[in-house]
Amino acid sequence: MITPTLVHFLIVGALLFTLGFICVLTRRNAVGILMGVELILNAANVNFVAFNHYVAGGLAGQMFGVFVIVLAAAEAAVGLAIVVSIYQTFRSIDVTDVDLMRE
Amino acid sequence: MPTPVTSANWLWLIPAFPALGALLNAALGLRLQRKFGKNIVHSIAVGAMVASTTVAWLAFARMFGLEAEERFLRDLLWPMAHVGSLELNFAFALDPLSMVMVLVITNVATLIHIYSTGYMHDEPAYWRFFMWLNLFVFAMLLLVMGDNFAVMFFGWEGVGLCSYGLISFWYTDLEKAKAGMKAFVVNRFGDFGFVIGLFLLFWTLAGHWSATSKFSSDTRVSGRIPGSATLLPAQEHGIKIGPTIDFRELKDQLNPEHNKAGTPEDVGIAQHLTHETIWGVPVIFLICLFLFVGATGKSAQIPLYVWLPDAMAGPTPVSALIHAATMVTAGVYMVARLNFLFALSPMAMGVVATVGCLTAIFAATIGFFQYDIKKVLAYSTVSQLGFMFIGVGTGAYWAGVFHLFTHAFFKACLFLGSGSVIMGCHHEQDMRKMGGLWKKMPRTAWTYLLACMAIAGMPWMSGFYSKDEILGKAYASGHLALPGLGATPWLGPTIWAVGLVAAFGTAYYMFRSFYMTFTGEYRGGTDHHDAPASAHHDAHGHHAHEPHESPAQMTLVLIALAAAAFGALFLGIPEAWTGHEPLFAKWLEPSLPAAAHIPFSETPKSVELGLMALSVLIGLCGWGLAHVLYFNNKSTVPARLLAQFPRVHKVIFNKYYVDEFYDAIIIRPALVLKEICFWIDRNIIDGLVNLVGLIVRIFANIDGAIDKYLVDGLVNFTGFAVMESGRRIRRLQTGHIQNYLYGALGGALVFVVLNYVVLK
Amino acid sequence: MDHPTTSTLLSWMLFTPLAGVVTITALVGTGIFAKSKMNELSRAIALFCSAVPLVLGIYLWANYDGASTQVQFVHHFAWISSLNVEYFVGVDGTSVSLVVLSALVSFIATIASMPWCQGKSHLDDHHFTQHKVPGYMAMLLLLQVGMTGTFISLDFFLFYVFWEVMLLPMYFLIGIWGGPRKEYAAIKFFLYTLAGSVLMLLALIALYYRGPLVPGADGIAHHTFNMLTMRDHAADYLVAPAILGVQFTHIVWIGLFIGFAIKVPMFPFHTWLPDAHVEAPTPISVILAGVLLKMGSYGMLRVNWAILPEATRWASYAVALLGTINIVYAAFVCLAQRDLKKLIAYSSVSHMGFVLLGMASLTPQGIEGAVLQMFTHGIISPMLFLIVGVIYDRAHHRNIEGFGGLAVQVPEYTAMMGLAFFASMGLPGLAGFVGEFLVFSGAFPIFQLLTILSATSVVITAAYYLWTIQRVFLGKLNEKYKDLIDLNWRERMTLYPLAAMALWLGFYPQAVLGLVHSGMDQLLRSIHAG
Repeated sequence: MITPTLVHFLIVGALLFTLGFICVLTRRNAVGILMGVELILNAANVNFVAFNHYVAGGLAGQMFGVFVIVLAAAEAAVGLAIVVSIYQTFRSIDVTDVDLMRE
Repeated sequence: MPTPVTSANWLWLIPAFPALGALLNAALGLRLQRKFGKNIVHSIAVGAMVASTTVAWLAFARMFGLEAEERFLRDLLWPMAHVGSLELNFAFALDPLSMVMVLVITNVATLIHIYSTGYMHDEPAYWRFFMWLNLFVFAMLLLVMGDNFAVMFFGWEGVGLCSYGLISFWYTDLEKAKAGMKAFVVNRFGDFGFVIGLFLLFWTLAGHWSATSKFSSDTRVSGRIPGSATLLPAQEHGIKIGPTIDFRELKDQLNPEHNKAGTPEDVGIAQHLTHETIWGVPVIFLICLFLFVGATGKSAQIPLYVWLPDAMAGPTPVSALIHAATMVTAGVYMVARLNFLFALSPMAMGVVATVGCLTAIFAATIGFFQYDIKKVLAYSTVSQLGFMFIGVGTGAYWAGVFHLFTHAFFKACLFLGSGSVIMGCHHEQDMRKMGGLWKKMPRTAWTYLLACMAIAGMPWMSGFYSKDEILGKAYASGHLALPGLGATPWLGPTIWAVGLVAAFGTAYYMFRSFYMTFTGEYRGGTDHHDAPASAHHDAHGHHAHEPHESPAQMTLVLIALAAAAFGALFLGIPEAWTGHEPLFAKWLEPSLPAAAHIPFSETPKSVELGLMALSVLIGLCGWGLAHVLYFNNKSTVPARLLAQFPRVHKVIFNKYYVDEFYDAIIIRPALVLKEICFWIDRNIIDGLVNLVGLIVRIFANIDGAIDKYLVDGLVNFTGFAVMESGRRIRRLQTGHIQNYLYGALGGALVFVVLNYVVLK
Repeated sequence: MDHPTTSTLLSWMLFTPLAGVVTITALVGTGIFAKSKMNELSRAIALFCSAVPLVLGIYLWANYDGASTQVQFVHHFAWISSLNVEYFVGVDGTSVSLVVLSALVSFIATIASMPWCQGKSHLDDHHFTQHKVPGYMAMLLLLQVGMTGTFISLDFFLFYVFWEVMLLPMYFLIGIWGGPRKEYAAIKFFLYTLAGSVLMLLALIALYYRGPLVPGADGIAHHTFNMLTMRDHAADYLVAPAILGVQFTHIVWIGLFIGFAIKVPMFPFHTWLPDAHVEAPTPISVILAGVLLKMGSYGMLRVNWAILPEATRWASYAVALLGTINIVYAAFVCLAQRDLKKLIAYSSVSHMGFVLLGMASLTPQGIEGAVLQMFTHGIISPMLFLIVGVIYDRAHHRNIEGFGGLAVQVPEYTAMMGLAFFASMGLPGLAGFVGEFLVFSGAFPIFQLLTILSATSVVITAAYYLWTIQRVFLGKLNEKYKDLIDLNWRERMTLYPLAAMALWLGFYPQAVLGLVHSGMDQLLRSIHAG
């Protein structure tokens, strides 16, 4: 039986981040992007907790994890509101249609 | 001993009267003439002349009362310019020589003024004529009475001006106007020589060319100003030596009596002058040569005689006064006045005599074939002036001046006679259209004959004595020299021989003119209005077609002049007859200090008498020939001769084409030169200026271009580059969030790679 | 300070015309007078303001002590003390005759600018007597200020200021009131003169900084612009360091000389003159020929000759050569002219050549002859230009070939022209002769060949004048001019005084020579001393 070490956790975090990042980059659906962002945030959470456990000790890492979860909830709420607003304006939630910031 | 000066502060009156007359007529003449008629105009002019003549005779009386060597009257009026060593005063002086001239001028001029009241009677511009005539007398008097070269030059040019004004008197005829201009311009050539000669003389006396002798004014000495007072002692033996333009001071320092080498009285100036050279030529020769160029201009000698025949365009009294009796003799007067100078240079004397001789024969030959009566007289004047120059050239100064004196009377008489004829024939001057006037104009004819005899040198006529004295002295001149040939003892006799031929010619053409005019039948047409000069006498009173005798004021003048031409002989009866010096020579002696020192060869009395007989014979031959050919104008020989030698006749009739020659070598080149100069001015000088302007403008344009395209371009390019790059770069701003993230990812990867590759 | 004030006369001569300029300008500016009234008024002011200097000038002539070599009628005080510039005016032998001349010629020119006595001949509105009269009169007076100032200034800075002051009115007088090609002529004149001024300015600065140090008004040693002090310390300049490898005095001399020679005008800088003359209105030609040209030769005497005597001797042959070219060459060019005014303009070039030749000879006869020639040319050439103006006003052209036989129709005019022509060709008894004679006699011992060459011009001069007389006056009357009017009284008022002067000076040139003699003597002494 292999004892899980820091590296294993970091690999999981990195995988999560990469998956989330790819999701953000490739999804044209705004909601999909939001979901990708959730994955990235959770990758960060894994890292916080793992570093806290193996390196720093104490509770600071866990606390950050909790904060991030809260933040993710709030972000999801704001994000979805924006998506709704975009949909009302453009009748679409495809981000490639939303290019008002161009040039 | 210097010439003693007798002050006579009234001499200025002599020229002042004619000047006043001229001024009055110039200012008021036209108005007076319109209001009071012509009498008032000529009263002013003749009155001025009479007054002037009276003062002249008074001056003569005053001078006559003085001892011979004290005969020098001077009237210093005011200083004109005192600059450095040059002292120029407005001053008059009379010595025996200028006294003779003044008497000739005033008396002959008075007579001619009187004559003119008849001759010019129908002239509308009467006042202008008399104004010029008076002004001429004024200028002529300045010329002969000038105490120095400058005043003489005032007169010298003044007579030229009056001559111009009177030759072109009938200026509406452009040909006559041109003749006046020709006279003035040709004379200016002479004046040029005169002035250069004067400067040469002045600066030689100042010792300017020599570096060593006591006459040097060494300009190398620090602080010495060339042209200021000289280093010469002011006085030597009581005689002022050094630079001067005063005739008296010049005469004193150059007097042979004061320049005898080796004697204690020797002031050395003559030696200085004869030994000095400039440009390798003896300076005394150059001085005399240049001065003589002046004389040839005024006295119509080769090469500057060309103006005189044309000058006959003027009214006949003018020809008589200016172009026969007075002005043209100015050159002779000048050479006689400077006898002490010319005597220093045998070479200059040789040139003067040779030119005189050549002119005498040259003009005489032209005179043979002229038909215009005035032209005949004009060439005769040129020829006679040649005789005078033979006289003053060989050193027979008194003879030359005596010929001047007698010539003044008989030539004036001839000219006025011709004027009388011309008027009688209604302004016809062509002798071929005259003839037979003897009966119609007896007084004119007699006086003309008398004057012809005088000029031809018939015995007991004044011309004989003067001309013969000249030729006799020429025969005895072994002392002449010529440039390039050295001493030429043969020159004197040669001149004598040529002069004799010229004298023959004189007798021939004068009697030819007499016979053609006065003998035979009258050949004038009745339609005299075709005559060239008819334009100005349409208002003429005489419409009778027959020739007629002239009015009394003209004929009386002719008689007076003929009498004078005869009477003058008593002043010049030769020594060979009486055993003592002629009166005229004795009178002139104080003015001609050099005369006694001319080394004439001794001629035995028998030879002298033989020469006289020969010249009388020659004169008679000329007369005889004219008689044969032209008496009564019946002979056909002249016409046949002309037919036989048409070429010779043509060349001589056209005056040897000298006018054409001068036209080709002087006037044409001058006209071309003026165009060249003007072309240079317009195109090269102004072209250069404009070129400079153009170059400046081109540079300005280049400059502008650089500014516009390079400097400004650089500034604009900066702005443009920023703009353009902005325009390009903004493409990156797609507005697609995912693109930005790609960018961020790329950036992160770059850093990662850098981290591993570069910073390892 | 040397040379304390002795008289304010010259300042009065200088500033009366300036007061006129100010008055006219002020009156025009206030605009209280109607146009025609203003014209009349400005004419009156101009007449008055140029008559006053003439009266003062005559007084000056009568009271100038010709025997003294000192500067007289000095007015002297400090002006810009930091540079040691002084207001220093006075006259000596070099300048006195020219001061009088400029007053006389200016007055004559003012009379010639009046539309009096026109009689039957009508002057159109573009004629200089009718067109923008107040401006014209103001410029005329300003011109007089510049001229007088140049001749009386003894401070080089002041001299330069007046030299430039003269330029401005001249430019406008030609450029506004001139003939058909007035702009070209005015600009040509202006640029030519300005080019000279630049050289002069450089030389002026060089002379200032290499010159002597003298205590100024504030008690500190300064360089000085005082031309008399410069003259007295002429030796200082000989030791000044060379410029561009050329001796200091020589290069400064050349700079000054070119500056002045343009004004003379000297070959090859003379081509502005014919153009300027042809386009300028008559009174301006009168001033141009009568006075302005003399400023060049005066400047040479005052600066080149007096302050740089060594360089003057060094350059004298070149000056004589250029003078000779001026004389002969311009005479030939005259012969080729068809425009009467151009002919006279070129004859001025020729006659100013005599001045150069005489000055170059450095003999008393030559240099006094040159000054006399300046004066007499200042009498004769105005006469000539006035005479041309008369015919131009009537016939509206100046083509010599276009007349013919006028003597019958206008005898008085003919007589005047004859007099002026003969005076100009140097006929003895008229003013032109003595100057020429003295110049020739002075130049002959130094430059024989050049003098003989120059003397040939007496023939050419006679030829072109007589030819002109013949073409214009003699022969049959040109039918076109059978109604030509003879001189009127205004023209007589300008011509007769000049004619009288020409005759008087012809017989009594000592009247001018007496004024200049001692001054020139001193000048020559210093030139030959070095």
